[in-house]
Amino acid sequence: MAAIFELGEAASLMSREVAGDFPDARGRFGPYGGRYVPETLVPAHERLEAGVKRWLRDPQFVAELDDQLATWAGRPTALTYAPSLSSRWGAEIYLKREDLAHTGAHKINNAIGQALLAKRLGAKRIVAETGAGQHGVATAAACARLGLPCTVYMGAIDCERQAPNVGRMKLLGATVVPVTNGDQTLRSAIDEAMRDWVSDPTDTYYLLGSAVGPHPYPYLVRELQSVIGRESKTQMMRQTGGLPNAVFACVGGGSNSIGMFYPFVPDRAVELIGLEAGGRGAALGDNSATLTLGRPGVLQGSYSMLLQDADGQIQETHSVSAGLDYPGVGPEHSLLMSIGRVRYESATDDEALEALSECGRQEGILSAIETAHAFVGARRYAATHPGSKILVCLSGRGDKDMPTLQKTLLKGQL
Amino acid sequence: MTSSVANHLTSHESIGAAIHAAKARGEPAIVAFMTAGFPSPAHFQEDLRQVAAAADVVEIGVPFTDPMADGMTIQRASHVALTQGVSLSWILSQLTSMTPRPKAPLLLMSYLNPLLAFGLDRLPKAAREAGVSGFIVPDLPFEESTEMRAALTAEGVGLVQMVSPVTPTERLRTLCAAGQGFIYAVTMTGTTGKNVAVPDEVIEYLDRVSASATVPVCAGFGIRDRQQVLRLKEHVSGVVVGSALVEVLERRDDPAAFIRSLRGQ
Repeated sequence: MAAIFELGEAASLMSREVAGDFPDARGRFGPYGGRYVPETLVPAHERLEAGVKRWLRDPQFVAELDDQLATWAGRPTALTYAPSLSSRWGAEIYLKREDLAHTGAHKINNAIGQALLAKRLGAKRIVAETGAGQHGVATAAACARLGLPCTVYMGAIDCERQAPNVGRMKLLGATVVPVTNGDQTLRSAIDEAMRDWVSDPTDTYYLLGSAVGPHPYPYLVRELQSVIGRESKTQMMRQTGGLPNAVFACVGGGSNSIGMFYPFVPDRAVELIGLEAGGRGAALGDNSATLTLGRPGVLQGSYSMLLQDADGQIQETHSVSAGLDYPGVGPEHSLLMSIGRVRYESATDDEALEALSECGRQEGILSAIETAHAFVGARRYAATHPGSKILVCLSGRGDKDMPTLQKTLLKGQL
Repeated sequence: MTSSVANHLTSHESIGAAIHAAKARGEPAIVAFMTAGFPSPAHFQEDLRQVAAAADVVEIGVPFTDPMADGMTIQRASHVALTQGVSLSWILSQLTSMTPRPKAPLLLMSYLNPLLAFGLDRLPKAAREAGVSGFIVPDLPFEESTEMRAALTAEGVGLVQMVSPVTPTERLRTLCAAGQGFIYAVTMTGTTGKNVAVPDEVIEYLDRVSASATVPVCAGFGIRDRQQVLRLKEHVSGVVVGSALVEVLERRDDPAAFIRSLRGQ
């Protein structure tokens, strides 16, 4: 068993990743990924994989998806120059405005794409998990748009701290099920959505929201989110005449970051940096910095980096941002770290909140707390690379974070 | 290897032998599941002794934080066991120190990650030394199981293959050919622990599985009473009883009496 988990030659994995060889036929990104699911779900995954192969490059499907993205989801999203942050940080800062996409975050790119696919595959109902609620809202909206019944599982703790999104999902016609077992956050919501799917693997489509889980989800989500990086490259060329020196994105499960990074992977001169949630500190249980602090293992269908104890039990995590509060990470990120193509750092709760505040006051953009972790990385980089050109994925807006912001940045003010 | 049967059989062959022996007595074998260390780690050896004395094969659940194929009962049992410090190492040391060892063959049911964390290099030998004849790994599908199967088989330990009502016919043949010990036929889609009547299509499915299998077939997921056992009797070699037995142990009722009730005794 050790052999398949051993990392091969980094250089050859790098050239295969650049060439677009991953995932391979076994659904692996080098040693990471795979499909670790109960037998009951194997046929459903095989159908999904066949569906992805058949439809994702189908001209009619692509045209329909592009039309939904352009006329309903509001793409392309803007690339915004941030003059005030640029002057304060001593670098040129550009923001890719996924907060302007319909429902307020990049999640819609994946939700509408998968909902269209689910229709093609004959699904009768959709189930989804959500952490911050952004994927839940995006899925509820996409299902309403396409006439599919939708059930969203959400950890009870997240229901509380992202209360505005629970209401939004309901208004969009979804059934929201609070999950009270396990850690009551994103991880329990995924477990519960999987259990729902196991109960009806033929007619139910599981619309997974991050680049995690069993093959083909990490691939499918990457493909649907890569629109972020593709648009960014075109916009950077057009608006600035060249590619950025460095690109920053926050990493929880890793969907906005893989969508932003993947099109830049072949551009070796462009530094790619992912920011994880450093939470309260480096101790186990105080953060969600999976890549920075974890070890490889299998959770929720794939082999990737994990926050776990010596017995292989998954650890409780902490982050002020619900969307990053997850002990695993997409398998392609584990590969990108192993081969040194992407560097992963972490930002603490306090650093992220301060950066959120700075961006709000200086640029008039209230970002999600998740996104604010990426600002922390960009500011650090600017300090050591003055004058460089920096692109930040502004993955979502902060409206849904008001309950948390009232208890933190606004504490005692209202 | 304490039983006389096991002396000339590899460890996993003893599982099939125990199931055949029960079937020869005219009753389906009872494969009894218990979560290790639930409700209490202090009672684990005694609970196991009682269960093993009444059942034909015992499946011991290794608790995991994310039991995605399990229903509420086993989720809760897992959680309680973990909070009381139960781990794979603890379970193996408890089994190793039991005297006398249980006569019924023992299986470990574990999600993959605790096994990976223990180390697949040392797991097979440690399991064999603890008297474990086989493993059931619900999140390890056939396609990902090659290395695990090879490692376990080198020590005579088996890997039980699960099949489900939605497994296509061609795949069913492949899985049945690979199964060691017995074929674990999940009787319904969904998680463990729901009480259901056994519909005709499940019976047809179990007959299909039995026709493909070269090792005994045991039906599991949702088995709670004698009526269900009678309904399944002619179609499988054994039944797996899980959540219902975990609930009996939780209430501190007599597990042996419950297992006998499934046999109509």
